[in-house]
Amino acid sequence: MNYQAPTTIEGAVSLLSEASGNTRILAGGTDIIVQLNGEHIDPDLILDIKRINEVCNISAENGGFRIGAGVSCSQLTEHQGVMDLWPGCAEAAGLIGSTQVQGRATIAGNLCNGSPAADSVPALVAAQAIVRLIGPDGIREVPVENIPTGPGQTSIAPSEILHSIFLPSTPSRSGDAYLRFIPRTEMDIAVVGVGISLTLDESDICTAARVALGAVAKTVLLVEEAGAALIGSKIDDNALDQLALTASAACNPIDDKRGTIEFRTKIAGVLAKRVALIAAQRARERVTGRIGEKS
Amino acid sequence: MTNIQVSTKINGDNCEFLCRPEETLLEVLRDRMGLTGTKEGCASGDCGACSVMLDDRLVCSCLVLGAEAQGRQVDTIEGMADGGELHPLQRNFIEHAALQCGICTPGFLIAAKALLDKNPDPTETEVRYWLAGNLCRCTGYDKIVRAVLHTAEEMRGTELG
Ligand SMILES: Cc1cc2nc3c(=O)[nH]c(=O)nc-3n(C[C@H](O)[C@H](O)[C@H](O)COP(=O)(O)OP(=O)(O)OC[C@H]3O[C@@H](n4cnc5c(N)ncnc54)[C@H](O)[C@@H]3O)c2cc1C
Ligand code: FES
Ligand code: FES
Repeated sequence: MNYQAPTTIEGAVSLLSEASGNTRILAGGTDIIVQLNGEHIDPDLILDIKRINEVCNISAENGGFRIGAGVSCSQLTEHQGVMDLWPGCAEAAGLIGSTQVQGRATIAGNLCNGSPAADSVPALVAAQAIVRLIGPDGIREVPVENIPTGPGQTSIAPSEILHSIFLPSTPSRSGDAYLRFIPRTEMDIAVVGVGISLTLDESDICTAARVALGAVAKTVLLVEEAGAALIGSKIDDNALDQLALTASAACNPIDDKRGTIEFRTKIAGVLAKRVALIAAQRARERVTGRIGEKS
Repeated sequence: MTNIQVSTKINGDNCEFLCRPEETLLEVLRDRMGLTGTKEGCASGDCGACSVMLDDRLVCSCLVLGAEAQGRQVDTIEGMADGGELHPLQRNFIEHAALQCGICTPGFLIAAKALLDKNPDPTETEVRYWLAGNLCRCTGYDKIVRAVLHTAEEMRGTELG
């Protein structure tokens, strides 16, 4: 095995295309080094992207934020601008593992690892985040929900590197939230995770909503019917019941020791209601909107 | 399999070492540098016994490659005491009997110091969440949490006085 740490993205892309054999990209290493230590993988080359300055920063862009692929979850949760604009995304990153794990883990790695239970992914899907991939043929911009294709599988080509994830600006009176169910309070894998982002108008009526579910299917799901259940409502009991029904109906989970099919399906609906209420409360409190604009 | 030459700073001293590409920082510290204060409990990021500071960030050294330490600064338990004088956290762990077998202790001390450097006045809940990635099979955690809270109070007092 070889280890390389290029200092430019172009350098990384050409190393990746020239490499013969099996190359693995290294971000925070909290998935991949576990696999290396356990001898589950035996790559020919480890390509560390953390010496590339441009992917190790969070930058303000068009009222939103571009999160480099090397940015750790700790950097993200310490960033006031991201916390103000997309608190649900930052909170989801803040649920990944321990303090130690968050000091290294990235949301890019969380996405590329392809786990259906990845905590940051439902929040990013709800936020309409856009992934920037760079390969030998140039740049591709892809909605985050199009990246996972199955457990451990993604639509990222072997010659491509995830460069950054863009969190867009939001209209005024928008809010997002993420909750997961785990049997413990810390250090566990989501049995169900729900991310919701929504926008309210001046009379408190929901004008846009995106609902994403984790750990209840082969990939994180964007559930359009669940979003539609909220749109046009004041997030009242009827709308919340409809949200829970549509969220549960979208589930196609596995049965395992962490949760049965029945349990996961039910909890998806219960959590979705709670998440919608938090997101709506945040939307009401945030009348100004576009917080990221001038920072 | 070629060895990689790495220059780094460990506990303030410049160091150089050779390591295999797949060797973790934990293995380098223990097996190449003789710094055996940092422990291995799991090698999978779950127990925190291998906690060190990497450029002022708390990490599991079992999930860092030795090669990644190039040009960085690593701080381990060996650098915690000031010569013969224990750090207040070390002293209070002893006074509060916050250890039994001791295998988890260096990791807890490094993690607790990282917390107090960032937040000198944590609540008990903050201490428990911050230390959730450090496992202890002996103490039941309570004495560890007391020792950290007591140290925080003591250190705030020292600073005020
Ligand atoms: C103790 C522990 C607890 C954990 N708890 C949680 C949890 O609660 N929730 C959760 O969701 N996860 C958890 N994880 C899993 C892991 O921490 C996350 O998935 C993390 O976000 C992975 O990010 P990373 O930067 O460390 O990825 P890495 O390990 O560096 O990479 C992960 C995968 O993505 C690929 N990759 C990384 N970056 C790129 C890129 N830029 N372009 C293309 N491919 C790339 C790698 O090749 C690898 O296959 C835990 C892990 C540990 C060790
Ligand atoms: S040895 Fe690193 S976390 Fe257990
Ligand atoms: S004192 Fe034995 S594991 Fe903590």
